Amino acid sequence: MSERIKILTVAIVLLALASIVPHTTSFVVLLATRALVFAILAMSVDLLLGFTGLASMGQAAYFGIGAYLAAILATKYHFGLGWDFWLVVLLGLLLGAATAAFFGLFAVRATGVYFLMITLALGQCVWGLAYRWNSLTGGDNGINVTVRPNFGLDLTNERTFFFLVLGFFVVTLASLYVLVRSPFGRSLEGIRERELRMSILGYNTWLHKYIAFIVAGAVGGLSGVLWAHTNGLVTPDTVVLTTSVDSLLMVVLGGAGTLVGGAIGSAIVFGLREYLSTLVPWWQYVLGAVYVLTILYLPMGLMGLPARLRQWRAGRSKSEDGQTLAPVQS
Amino acid sequence: MNAQFWLIQIFNGISYGALLFLVGSGLSLIFGVMRIVNLSHGSYFLLGAYVALSVIWTTGSWLLAIPVAGLAVALVGLVMERVFLRPLGFDPLRQVLLTVGFAFLFQQASLDIWGGNNMEIEAPAALSHSIVVGGLYLPLFRVFMIAMALVIGIATWLAMEKTRMGAAVRATVDDAQMARGVGIDTNRISMFIFALGAFLAALGGVIGGTFLGVYPGLDFEMLPFAFAVVIIGGMGSLGGAAIGAMLVGLADNFGKALFPELAYFTLYAPMVLILAVKPTGLFGRE
Repeated sequence: MSERIKILTVAIVLLALASIVPHTTSFVVLLATRALVFAILAMSVDLLLGFTGLASMGQAAYFGIGAYLAAILATKYHFGLGWDFWLVVLLGLLLGAATAAFFGLFAVRATGVYFLMITLALGQCVWGLAYRWNSLTGGDNGINVTVRPNFGLDLTNERTFFFLVLGFFVVTLASLYVLVRSPFGRSLEGIRERELRMSILGYNTWLHKYIAFIVAGAVGGLSGVLWAHTNGLVTPDTVVLTTSVDSLLMVVLGGAGTLVGGAIGSAIVFGLREYLSTLVPWWQYVLGAVYVLTILYLPMGLMGLPARLRQWRAGRSKSEDGQTLAPVQS
Repeated sequence: MNAQFWLIQIFNGISYGALLFLVGSGLSLIFGVMRIVNLSHGSYFLLGAYVALSVIWTTGSWLLAIPVAGLAVALVGLVMERVFLRPLGFDPLRQVLLTVGFAFLFQQASLDIWGGNNMEIEAPAALSHSIVVGGLYLPLFRVFMIAMALVIGIATWLAMEKTRMGAAVRATVDDAQMARGVGIDTNRISMFIFALGAFLAALGGVIGGTFLGVYPGLDFEMLPFAFAVVIIGGMGSLGGAAIGAMLVGLADNFGKALFPELAYFTLYAPMVLILAVKPTGLFGRE
């Protein structure tokens, strides 16, 4: 598939989503909105995992920071409920980026398993603050965000809100797409493939990773701001380890290094968790099995399925020739 | 805050650290030998507690519950390692995600089998009162936790330092490739260590379940603590796990007593610093 057809496909799917979802029940609209918010978070994970080769286990930290920011401003200061909502979005991006800039000083040096562990620990730091800092975060009870912003657009309307989140999703997707297609994005992929070679070529690999980390933090903060208003309740559960793990799984499930893969993963996870769970009590077996099977048999995720099928068909017709004739690299 | 306050806090911290040692040492061994970040480790803890509940319901014996839960969960770990983890090869991300997938499966299974209510494991009557030492009331169960961790810790240490098997394990931690080169069956070592890690976690589960209660979600509550122990102490080092567990136990207790609002922050922030400065932990081998 050429790049143009891919973009066209994504655009058609998004248009279909925009035209079908608003005509369904409000339950489905809410479900789609939630899945889209998590899709934005998943894209931030994908920027690190799929393009830079860094598996972050603490992405919920930025998500939580954005969510608490919006919730605290809305409930304590009545800020961000009118036009100033856009200021809160900006603040969420900035605070996410600033936190990532600070955390990145510790995390970005680490590689492999150690990066995983240190991001886990950083995520737990934020969780610890959310859980115990009662006077600011409301502790275990969290913060109820009862009203949604209204600035001409009345976001209390589920369908209007869905369109807003969809808009944010599209803008984020487009921006990150431009980013990963830029020379900067290419050098990230180079770092993912072989960091040593990139640094020998003269790239400052630490700085590249650090910038990717900050961008991912900003996007995470944005998704958090949206989550506060989607969910209406921000608790330490927003920042808990399983949220980070979920976003990572969504990316792997859909396909890392594709940006939209995370959205597919998010749709599946939310579909199973919130829709299947209303039908059958054993939905979590399905979710667990989907994870286990994906990891065992689809390392490239669902987006890798067509390539995998092609490879399989080609393998049957052309035997092993393709393998040996592959260009010799490195 | 007089001396009594400090002594009680230290005692509480050490006894909680003893529990953390049981959970963390297994995780540390697994990581040290196999470089697997095992996110099902919290599930082993919770499963241990649940199996213990079943044993107590049928036989009424708390003491019997300890080995039964340990062995049952060790078997679960063994199967997981042999059937699912080994074919994956060395890919940290896939290992992590696979173990999370299993953690979700275990979560649902225990919800189905044991229900979603908070449950209590009764401690044996002999352990449910307090003793008085120098004017301090010390709950006997906490004393038992410390003793248990000491016994298990010393037994594991002796096994690691004094037996042939232990030497093979240490060789595998230091350099797996070299160990294979001199004829050590590292596959068997991995299997053994994974089962041992699960066994220790389940043991911790029985004791921790008696101490904290048993409820869904306890698995992912214990997991970050276990990681803190491993990271602070150093991965793959038993002595490191012991010191890490004591530090985490004390930091947790004093954090909660002195700066309640920053309690968990005071625990995880040092973890970040140690990882940033010395990724292998305070006592980990390079």
